[in-house]
Amino acid sequence: MTGVLSVPLLLASANDFSGAFKFIGNNPHLLLTLSGQQMVLSGAAIGAAMLFGVPLGLVLGHLHKGSFVAINLSNVLRAVPSLGLLAIMLALISFGFLPAFIAMFVLAFPPILTNVYVAVDGVDPQTVDSARGMGMSPFGVASRVELPLALPLIFAGLRTAAVFVIASATIASVVGGNGLGNIIFNQPSYGLAGVLGAAITVTILSLLVQGVLLVAQRYLTPRGLRVTRARGEATALSVAPGGAENLLAAGTEPA
Amino acid sequence: MLAVPGAVLPNFGQTSSCVRNNGLFCWSWFSQHWSDTFGPAIGQHLVLTVIAVAIGFVIAMAASLVAYRLPWAGAGFNVVFTLVFTIPSIALFELLVPATGLTRTTAEIALTSYTLLVMFANFVTGLRGVSADVLEAAEGMGLTRGQRLRRVELPLAIPAIVAGIRVATVTVIGLVVVAAYVDNEGLGVPILQAIQNSSFKTELIAAAVLAVLLAWAVDALLVGSQWLLTPWLRSRRA
Repeated sequence: MTGVLSVPLLLASANDFSGAFKFIGNNPHLLLTLSGQQMVLSGAAIGAAMLFGVPLGLVLGHLHKGSFVAINLSNVLRAVPSLGLLAIMLALISFGFLPAFIAMFVLAFPPILTNVYVAVDGVDPQTVDSARGMGMSPFGVASRVELPLALPLIFAGLRTAAVFVIASATIASVVGGNGLGNIIFNQPSYGLAGVLGAAITVTILSLLVQGVLLVAQRYLTPRGLRVTRARGEATALSVAPGGAENLLAAGTEPA
Repeated sequence: MLAVPGAVLPNFGQTSSCVRNNGLFCWSWFSQHWSDTFGPAIGQHLVLTVIAVAIGFVIAMAASLVAYRLPWAGAGFNVVFTLVFTIPSIALFELLVPATGLTRTTAEIALTSYTLLVMFANFVTGLRGVSADVLEAAEGMGLTRGQRLRRVELPLAIPAIVAGIRVATVTVIGLVVVAAYVDNEGLGVPILQAIQNSSFKTELIAAAVLAVLLAWAVDALLVGSQWLLTPWLRSRRA
């Protein structure tokens, strides 16, 4: 690295980055508008993926059925590159919000479904038995026992999905999904300062969303479970009980 | 930051009606351009991937061995790798351009950065997953700390290690497509060309599908190598 980053290069890049921060200071309205558009695209895709993925994962995990589909869907779809997916959507549908939205949905759905399934499936059977013994209905068990216990891992899936989708939504501007990519992919108009400024902005955006999700997770996790929160997070990225297959199941991937 | 060279434009004058009408997939065009576009792109794609995963493996393995002995260091690595992982790929590629330019170095620094979290997390989990009984037996046999690591802990962690390599590799194959914006190599190049050439569908689909097939093929190869590396798991399953 020292050979690569020689002193003149470092000085040049310091210059480029001060230009980038000037661009951010001079164009707050543009950057906020594009950030907003990117968040609408990302939020819509993640929302739709949760709408389908959470109930489906909850039902499959509650019944302990469909592990093959719920786990392998993630492993298979992980191989689809975000730009490749956008390219295919562009070929099949053409430019606009819709192809970008569908691509983002396809990226967000697997980590959400897999994590909900793995989390609910992994709830201690004795806990579920006690809940049944107390006379809870299957719906009560799922909504008041399994779902709260699964929350840390479900949030881990949500955070993974958010990382993919925000990164991909930046790229999605090449197929017409508006966002900060409009600047990043248009250096002729905005210059290197603009490209770097937008890159910094989208990085902050992604980190902010992760922070908000972490705080939300903290508030939504029942008080009695907060002690084990750290353990739940560790399993989120790397998982473990059943061996290598499960490791892959909850794996992560930037887009 | 579009680094697209003289594009392989479909020649609209002399080519088939499929290409003229921008049909969904024109086999003849694809096979004509296999040897000058797609074949070499796959080769470059693999080279970029192997370099990133190899460097990432060395860094992640070193970090996980440190973390295995010093849990506080592990927490630090985890925070750093998670922060890097959260940076959107195109942003990280562009942010490196002022320092390293439109080069393979830029692509590789970013690609390697994205492998670290996945491999590190899996390696640490694998090492920590070795059961206390096994460690005690190794100690009872008189193995030193180093012998225990090489002969007991690392071999038993192989499934988790390979799982980490698999996720990292498949991830990088996807990111190399995006890396075409800063390094004119790999299957992302035809995709960028096709987007600029009024969304030429055959090229878009061919490059995207090849990238997916490449990821699946390499993943299968890694599964196979794990099977070869862990004979004890085979006999247990049988």
